[in-house]
Parts: sequence; C-alpha cells; structure tokens
Amino acid sequence: MIINHPLLGPRDASEFTYLGDASLIDRPDWQAENAAEAFYEYGYVRDNPAGEHQELWYHEAGDRSWLVVTRNTLTHEISKVELARDVARARGRSK
Amino acid sequence: MTQTNRLNGGQIDRNTSFSFKFDGRSYSAHPGDTLASALLANDVRLIGRSFKYHRPRGLLTAGSEEPNGMVELRTGALKEPNTRATTIEMFDGLEAKSQNRWPSLKFDALAVNDMFSNFLSAGFYYKTFMWPAAFWEKLYEPMIRRAAGLGSLSQEADPDEYDKGFRHCDLLIIGAGPAGLMAALTAGRAGADVILADEDFTLGGRLNSEAFALGDQSAQDWVAQAVAELSSLPNVRLMPRTTVIGAFDHGVYGAVERTGDHLATLPAGKPRQILWRIYTDKALLCAGATERPIAFENNDRPGIMMASALRTYANRFAATASQRVAIFTNNDDGHRTAADLHAKGVTITAVVDVREDAPTCYDYEVLKGAQVIDTKGRHGLTFVEVALTDGSTRTLECGALGVSGGWNPNVHMTCHQRGRPVWNDALAAFVPGENLPVGLSVAGAANGVMSTHGALQSGAESAANALELTGVLPDLPEAEDAPVSQTPFWYVEGCKRAWVDQQNDVTVKDVKLSYQEGFRSVEHLKRYTTLGMATDQGKTSNITGLAIMAEVTGKSIPEVGTTIFRPPYTPVPIGTFAGRMKGQEFHPTRLTPSHYWAKERGAVFVEVGNWLRAQWFPLPGETHWRQSVDREVRQTRASVGVCDCTTLGKIDVQGTDAAEFLNRIYANGFAKLAVGKTRYGLMLREDGMVMDDGTAARLAEDHFVVTTTTANAVSVYRHMEFARQCLYPDMDVQLISTTEAWAQYAVAGPNSRKLLQKIVDPEFDLSNDAFPFMACGNVTVCGGLRARLFRISFSGELAYEIAVPSRYGDALMQRLMAEGEEFDVTPYGTEALGVMRVEKGHAAGSELNGTTTALNLGLGKMVSKKKDSIGSVLSEREALVEPDVLRLVGIKPLQPEDKVTAGGHLMNPDGPIDAAHDQGYVTSAVYSPILNSNIGLGLVKNGAERLGEKMRLVSPLTDLTVEVELVSAHFVDPEGERLRA
Repeated sequence: MIINHPLLGPRDASEFTYLGDASLIDRPDWQAENAAEAFYEYGYVRDNPAGEHQELWYHEAGDRSWLVVTRNTLTHEISKVELARDVARARGRSK
Repeated sequence: MTQTNRLNGGQIDRNTSFSFKFDGRSYSAHPGDTLASALLANDVRLIGRSFKYHRPRGLLTAGSEEPNGMVELRTGALKEPNTRATTIEMFDGLEAKSQNRWPSLKFDALAVNDMFSNFLSAGFYYKTFMWPAAFWEKLYEPMIRRAAGLGSLSQEADPDEYDKGFRHCDLLIIGAGPAGLMAALTAGRAGADVILADEDFTLGGRLNSEAFALGDQSAQDWVAQAVAELSSLPNVRLMPRTTVIGAFDHGVYGAVERTGDHLATLPAGKPRQILWRIYTDKALLCAGATERPIAFENNDRPGIMMASALRTYANRFAATASQRVAIFTNNDDGHRTAADLHAKGVTITAVVDVREDAPTCYDYEVLKGAQVIDTKGRHGLTFVEVALTDGSTRTLECGALGVSGGWNPNVHMTCHQRGRPVWNDALAAFVPGENLPVGLSVAGAANGVMSTHGALQSGAESAANALELTGVLPDLPEAEDAPVSQTPFWYVEGCKRAWVDQQNDVTVKDVKLSYQEGFRSVEHLKRYTTLGMATDQGKTSNITGLAIMAEVTGKSIPEVGTTIFRPPYTPVPIGTFAGRMKGQEFHPTRLTPSHYWAKERGAVFVEVGNWLRAQWFPLPGETHWRQSVDREVRQTRASVGVCDCTTLGKIDVQGTDAAEFLNRIYANGFAKLAVGKTRYGLMLREDGMVMDDGTAARLAEDHFVVTTTTANAVSVYRHMEFARQCLYPDMDVQLISTTEAWAQYAVAGPNSRKLLQKIVDPEFDLSNDAFPFMACGNVTVCGGLRARLFRISFSGELAYEIAVPSRYGDALMQRLMAEGEEFDVTPYGTEALGVMRVEKGHAAGSELNGTTTALNLGLGKMVSKKKDSIGSVLSEREALVEPDVLRLVGIKPLQPEDKVTAGGHLMNPDGPIDAAHDQGYVTSAVYSPILNSNIGLGLVKNGAERLGEKMRLVSPLTDLTVEVELVSAHFVDPEGERLRA
C-alpha cells in the first residue's frame, strides 16, 4: 500500500502504524450528563463500512504526523489523505 | 550414461558436460538443461509418487505449472523439498531425490493405497476419521501426514542468505515472451524506465520452444537480437530468473529473483534469492498461456505429458520422453507438436484427434474422431488404447503421449485483488475480467490473443497505451497468425480414474462425487475434493474440474463460475520472505552507551524491548545468579549501587500548554507541579486501564521531561502524539523523543548523595534541603559537562537518576565506579532492580499488564476527578470499582524458603481449588536477601482489606501448593523514610 502523505508525498505503508476509525478524534465531553455512555460508544462502538472508511494512520517511521486516510475497504483505493490535526480542527476540536 | 533421448539442435551447450545425480545414480547433462530435460534425455520418465495414491508419476509440463515432477534438491541443510524439476536449472554436481516413496521409487510400499482408492476418494478425511476425537492428534494426523505427502525437510537451519530490495520503474513487464519483449522494445525505445522480469533463465518465453520463424530469422535469433537491444538501453532493466509473485495495492509488485539457485555453490556473502518490492504506476502482464489436458482413464502414467511440453523439450532442450510418441488432441496445436517432433526424427505413432474434421498429414497417421480410452505401463507408458470413430479399438505402442486440450490464458495475477476472470466462448477459456489491479493491463496470450503475431502486436500496443506514447509503433517481424478457435473437449466419456488434478490426486470421479454429495459451488468443490489446492494452485487442472461440474449440474461453465488465484504465483521459500531478518537480526538490537563497559565486567544481558540490558554482574567466585543478585541488592541497600536506566523512554514536552497537556494524558494532576520538581505519573488508556507509568520532571515553566517504561516507550510516544494532534490540536505543545540522546543512571543507596557529590560540580548543593526528594534540575558534572539530575527512587532508597548526553554515558559510568570505590559501590542489573522494587511494592510491567486499573494497583486515589484526563471516565465503570475487585498486596510464604511462583493462583485456606474459587494471582516473585525470604506481589480480590489472611498459593499444572500470608506490598521502609533522608 502507498499513502500519499499531504506533506511528504507518496510513502510506503510500512512506514505507518494503523490505529483505527477516525471517529477516535471525536472524544466526548467528560462533563456531559451522559459521559459514561458517550465514552463507551466512543471506545467500543465502530461502524464497519463496506466502502469508504476514514481511518487514522501514524507516520511513525517518518515525520510523526497523524493522518486521516479515506480508504475504500473493498478496493483499498485511497481517495483522500489529510493531516489529522486539520481534520480535528475542522471538527471543532481545539485545546 | 549416454543421453539416449537427446535430439539434435536445441539451446544447450554441447561443448560442456555436467554430471548430476538423481536418486543416487549419475547422469550427464549440458548447460541450458533443466533437471527435467536432462532426466528425459537420459530416458528417465518415472520421477515421483503421487500425493495420495502413491501412483508412479513423471513430468506433465516443461514449466512452473508442473504438478507432478517434484524432487528434493541438494543435500544436507541445503535440501529443498517439493522443487519442480521443470524449473531447476542444471549445474554441475546437482543432486536430487525423488520424494513421497518408501523404500524406493520403483517399489513403494504405500502404493497399496491405490488399491484402496475406493475408500480414499474425495472427502475421505471427513468421513473416515470422525471419532474418537483424541485419535486425531495422536493417530490419524501423523499417519496421514506420513502417507500423504510431499518432500521432507532437512530439519536443519537453512544456511543460505536471502535479501530484500526495492525498485521503481515506469512500466513493469511481467513475462518476456513475444508480447513482453515487444512491449519492452516499444517502451524502452521511447525512453521509459522499464523492468522486464521473467521466471525463466532464458528470456523469450514460448518463442524458445517453437520451430517457426519471425521474419527472416528463427524465433530464437529474433529473441537474441531483441534482448541484445534491450540490454544496451540504460533505461531498461532485464530480470531473468525473476518471478513476479503478486500484484499488491497501489502499484506494488512482489518479485523473487533467484540469484543463486543455478549455481553449484553460492559465492560467500551472496544471497540465494532476493525478494524485490517493485513500485510502478503501470504494469503489463504478458504471462502467456498454459496448455490444458484432457482427462481419460489412467492418464497419469509417466510419459503422458502436455503436447506443448513435448515440443518444448524437443525444440529448446533437444530431448524427448521417448523415441515413439503419440499425440491426443482436440485442436491444431497438437498437430504442431507432432510435426516438430517428426522433424526432429521422433517416430509419431499416430495423432489421435477427437475432431472428425482434423487436418490430414502424410508423414504420419492421424486418427480422426478418435479418443484415448485407456493406457498401460506400470512405471512408464507402453501402450495407448484408442477408440476409433467406427466403434472399434486400436492399441498404439508408444513411450510418450502428448495431450493437448487447448490453451488457458495465465490470468493468475489479474485475480490478486479479487478480480474475476470472464469466460470467452471463442477460446472456451477464462480471460482477464474488468476488475484488474489498478495500473495493470494484459497483453498477448494472457489476454486471449493466441497467435504469435497477435502477441507481438498487443505487446507493442499495450505498452504504448500504458505509457500514453504517441507516434508510430515499432515494426513487427512477420509471424504466424493462425486463427485460434478452441472447441472444448474436457474428458473422455465413461472414464473414472482419470486424473484432473495430478498434484492432489483428484479424479473425474471425485468431482462427480462432490456433486452427488451436494458440494456443488466451485468454492465447495475446491475444498471438498482439494482440487487446485496444491502448490501449483491448479494451473493445469482447475478448468477441467469446473467443466465437469458444469456438465453434471447442467449449467454452463460461466454459470458455475471460477475460483480465483492468490499470491504467490509460484511457491516461495520462507527464507526469502525473512530476508536478513533472522536470528539475531530478526529485530534491531539497541545497546546503551555503557554496554561495552558492562560486557567487559562480565554482565549477563537480557532483552527488553529491542534493548540489551545488564541483568546482573557476576563477580569471580559467584557461580549462581542468585549470589550476584543478592549481593547487588545488599550492597545497594547498605551503601550505594548504580544501574543503567538509559533504556527508559524519555520524551521532551515543551510549550506554553505543556503542563495542561500532561494534565490530560496523566490521570493525576500536573498543572501545579513546581519548576524543579518531579512527579510520578500514571497514564491510563481511554478504557480506564493503566497504560504506563513514569515520571515527569518540570525543568522550566514550559518544559517537562517525561519518562516511560522501556517496553512502552514507542507506544506511549505514539499515544501522546495522538492526543496532541487529534484531540488537542490547538495546544501549544511540542514533543520529541530524547531516549537515545541521554544516557541515564540510577544511583541508589544511603551513600548515593556522597558519591554524587564527588561527580556533580561543587556549585550545585545536593543537601536534603537544597535538593529534596523529587527535586530535579540541570547541573554540570565532572567540571562543566551538562547533566540532568532527578531525585527519584525505584528501589526505595535515597536515590538519584543522573543523565548526561549519550556520548558521555560510558565515561560517567566509569567515573561513578572509580569515585564510588571508597563506598564499595556496585553496578546492579535488572534482576536486583526487580528485587528492590518488589521489596518496595512498586508496580512494574508484570502488574501493568493491560488488565489492571489504578484501583487494582492501589493507586485509585491518583485518578483525579477534578479534571479531564484520558481514561478517567471509563475507569469508573461499575465492574471496575466493585468492592471485591483485585487489589495489589504483598505475598509472603509462611516458610521463608517456600518459593512464591509468579502466575500461581491464590485460594482460600479451605475449600475447593478451582477457577470458581479463585481469589487472585501472583504477578511478581523474588527472593529478598533483606528479608531472607521469598516474597511476591499479587492481585487479590478486595486484597487491601484482607492483609494478614492466610491463603494457599497453587499451581495445579505443577502440583504446587504453598501456604502464604497476605501482607502490605511495602516490605521495606513502608514509611518512606529512606527516600527522604
């Protein structure tokens, strides 16, 4: 597999470590009323789509960027690679 | 021995003779031979015994698709079982043995299986060996494994070296036959970076096997000219002896180059095979086609071969399986074999053609509308029985029978990303479908273009299309362009023991039985009969099996469908995948700066992560590790000891939000930690379990140094980067791993301050008031060298950790030892470290085992509820905070000499010993030379409330029962007075 790193260009997948669903960016609010339920969902409940999937990859043997890779789980086609930090900001995360 | 079946011509070097051995007997051969061609030239047809029935078998093909002709190549540790004789390039002194026979190839005791074939048909494992279950492992499986078999392993380590490499190109061309060569010429002349790979040692593919001309040259001369031109182009890389084994995602191809298999002895330091990873946007599959057989009664005798293989042996290798050959065909290509063999002086007994309108020949007899219905010859073909069109039968005497059922495109690699081939009616064969690996296109016979002219043209066009070349295509040499239409003929009516898959001994009858017993989908057929599941992946057998299934189900072949192929294209030795990553090189070995100092002291090392850490330092006279470890502990607790803790992960955390960042990743608070102070930090996973622990030292308002355990250094750093980038993207905080940048030593024991005062420059006050417990700071040592000093303790003693830039680590260790002489200083290893931390009741790797919470470890109060931190919410889950959850306790045997065993379980003093009554388990166990007793740490249900209780420590597996008492985990200095001294 080759991941087209937004800063470094195409890199071999062996340089990366896989974490999982990019929904891990959406960490719940610890003070919310339903925090326990929300953290349970966050930690354990995942979609398993046959098709486009956003997932987190870490360029461990490279520049240590966390990336959000949009990969088709049926064809392995990678249609988009973004810096996870940009995605996190776009999803409203800050400090 | 004379080569009685050697013909004239061929691409062998008659000026040189090689000698080789097969089953202990010597034969001669020439450079350019394969083991298979040399055996045929020497009139050896019987090569092995079949997998299940132990039937005598010979060669079926002349290529890598060979199902039968497998041997054990070479001897001793170099022995390689299941090697296809058809792909073994001859060298002088080659030794090979037949396999799956005992005591000899000609007399095989297990050939008796053939007589019991009625009981050994498809699915016999499932039907016969159902029960009793215990018999499987002890009786059935070993028995079956011995009888059903392939070659045997040498049972020795493979002494050869293997390597891996990476290559890049614009166009990878797989296969160097007419299509591949023409594609390479087209792309190469246009200046593209081209790799042309072929599994054969001679490029040219099928052109090496044919007697026809290309233009005014022989096919072989045209190949030589094309190869010479390609070799002269700097942008073209030719890779003969290289099998492209798989098409992987995003234009990555695996290829195995056999750099040493054709050499009698591998030059020192040279790899036997290289696994290449080839990166390319475009690839062109020019893998050709494989001839397919026709099934008939007893079609597996040595001497019965593919017609095209007979032609290859005759034209390329100047060898024939026999001087009397018959052909059985359903298409014109079989006649081409007959003509070529006839031209070489081989007697053609007859051509048996199933077609009424078969072409006529005046050189030999053609039996039109006839079929082979049986054969004879125990260890090799002697007679063929033919049913003629008028219903009569005729017996032909021949030593070889060439069978041609038409050609199947080699679609293997088009399936590697789940693409399915599609049925082509004109060819009566599967051709590549729509869904190819991205960037791959197919040319020549692999794409169903069966004529030589068509192959050349499609090679040129496909290369031009792939690279989007404009301009005129190269001129093509004039070549045969016979139209190919194949009318399928799969098997002779009424045959039973007619082999479809010769490698796995699957017959026509087995396929029908599979249908009868309800295994009708192709996937079931494959698994029930094992059709196509052998090492050849059914290259010569799958289609026939599908065709028979189609017929008995009354469906068409495309309706029945086909199974698909997966990598590797041909078997690859495990060593090739391993490359240089074996033994000590399996993973990197990391050494600390004072490693060689420790080695000279005679230290015994242990692997921790990728590091080698000193485990203990034996002194002269110490014969048991316990003597060394006990002494190191006593000396440290009595005076001072030094331990190399460089391997702990060190992460530099800087930025205005650094403290808040640590607040989030640690369960306990860091915001209020004063500059110049260190704090123990407990890191949880988001699920509430403990992930790691360590310390964070605040060197400045916006600067912390975090340590991790040695084993988790990488994963903690990854986790912190995740939090920084994905959870808190706007925090002003930067991370860098400085594990390798600093050499760090623990200096522990009541005299540690005195020792350090001799090392640390005098302007730094180390008194308890100026530099108290948990203090940290930048200092200089040995007259100006920058260093970091932390007053932290894992041993429970007055202790420090001192860090210097890595290149000074060795010198610092030596200085500490020299200056410490007056205090009787000792270096101590990880064992003494472990003893002292158990004595002190500190949790470490055995307790932080991924299933424990802070509460389990007695650290529940550390999880702050006043702030957000990773894991805090889920650490309060109901089941994790129940009253009787496991709690960390100390474990002491009633008899000090009784051993405490880590992994042993704790049971109440009375009652049954079983899982239902389990009270907990021992996580760590050591001998404490301070307490003169074995001791341990364990996790016990509600353990904190049960101190003083007696329990049984049991290990039913080892018959262990020891009476123990639950005590505080803090065996030594529970009040922490020594730490603060």
